[in-house]
Amino acid sequence: MGDYLLFMLSAIVINNILLIKFLGVCPFIGVSSSMDSAIGMSAACIFVNVLASSLCWMVQSFVLEPLGLEYIQTLAFIVVIASLVQLVEIVLQKVAPPLYSALGIYLPLITTNCMIFGVAVLNIREERGFIDTVVYAVSTAVGFSMALILLAGIRERFAIARIPKVMQGFPAGLITAGMMGLSFYGLVGLA
Amino acid sequence: MSRIVKEFTKGLWDEIPPFRFVLGLCSVLAVTTSVSSAVGLGGGVVFVLIMSNVLVSVFRKIIPDKVRIAVFIVIIASGVIIVELVMQAYFYGLFQVLGIWIPLIVVNCVVLGRAEAFARKESVVLALADALGMGVGFTISLTVLASLREIIGVGTWFGISVMPEWYAGFPYIIKPPGAFVCLGIILAIMNVVSARIDAKKREAA
Repeated sequence: MGDYLLFMLSAIVINNILLIKFLGVCPFIGVSSSMDSAIGMSAACIFVNVLASSLCWMVQSFVLEPLGLEYIQTLAFIVVIASLVQLVEIVLQKVAPPLYSALGIYLPLITTNCMIFGVAVLNIREERGFIDTVVYAVSTAVGFSMALILLAGIRERFAIARIPKVMQGFPAGLITAGMMGLSFYGLVGLA
Repeated sequence: MSRIVKEFTKGLWDEIPPFRFVLGLCSVLAVTTSVSSAVGLGGGVVFVLIMSNVLVSVFRKIIPDKVRIAVFIVIIASGVIIVELVMQAYFYGLFQVLGIWIPLIVVNCVVLGRAEAFARKESVVLALADALGMGVGFTISLTVLASLREIIGVGTWFGISVMPEWYAGFPYIIKPPGAFVCLGIILAIMNVVSARIDAKKREAA
């Protein structure tokens, strides 16, 4: 149990998927300008990340490896993720319309979120078992959400700050992310 | 002809990814710790971009509109697999340094962005010019950012020492948080430069 706690802490904070491993930076910069969209994106990401990682793990272990097709891993995973996102969209629309109207617009964006694909590939490269895969997917997605929501909180404050014109928008967002990354980086000694 | 030149050159300044066309940042931040890995990834992206743009443009009349994203992704993924296998066979060192970032070209938004925004509407020659321009622009941006980080961070360029001997390096720039700050500063500088150019143009006109 203690091992899992450390594993999760490491994935959430120390090796934060976004600020230290750079997976999922596009939505991080794109949707972090308002709190509502950051929360919506985070929820959608946690949901899809866990589903996608487990599904990709199954595809790898039960289909690609027995057939000796490991070299088409990239193609297989991206197809799995893209169809999963479509499926989730359709199911949510039917089963939970309120949830769909909250998350709907973020779902298509997730197909090209590097985090989903990256975590799925990382799990295979590090040769994790199924339980570890799920735990890792949950933890990385939580870490992603944490960073995204924190940055959105900071960026909402930008509205009342006097930022030089050339720094407005992306430059200020990136530099803030760098400062946040520095504080996360300070925790490297923990594990 | 002038149209082809225009589509090619727009990728080099007006819409240079990822500085103007802020997409595909993840790999930009991750591989720019050294110039050689930046150039390596740039090469991979150029190949995938050319292949996807040309194929999407060739089949633009056949691809049904509703499933176009899925078709684009399959085309891009096939290109990425080719890059992956070729690098593993002939550039094994680079393959190991880039690691997960080679398969991640598949979710690089620049590639999908060009297929969706450009190649699916334009002729093959224009799509090729666009892919070349965007790919070369992307590689140039990667190289600029990597040069800055490698020279300031460890005092080398392509692994060759370029700073005076007393220079001890500035490891922060090489570390992950430094990447964000560096990219932010470059974007701000680009804004200053293009504001100057616009002002000059207005004066001339």
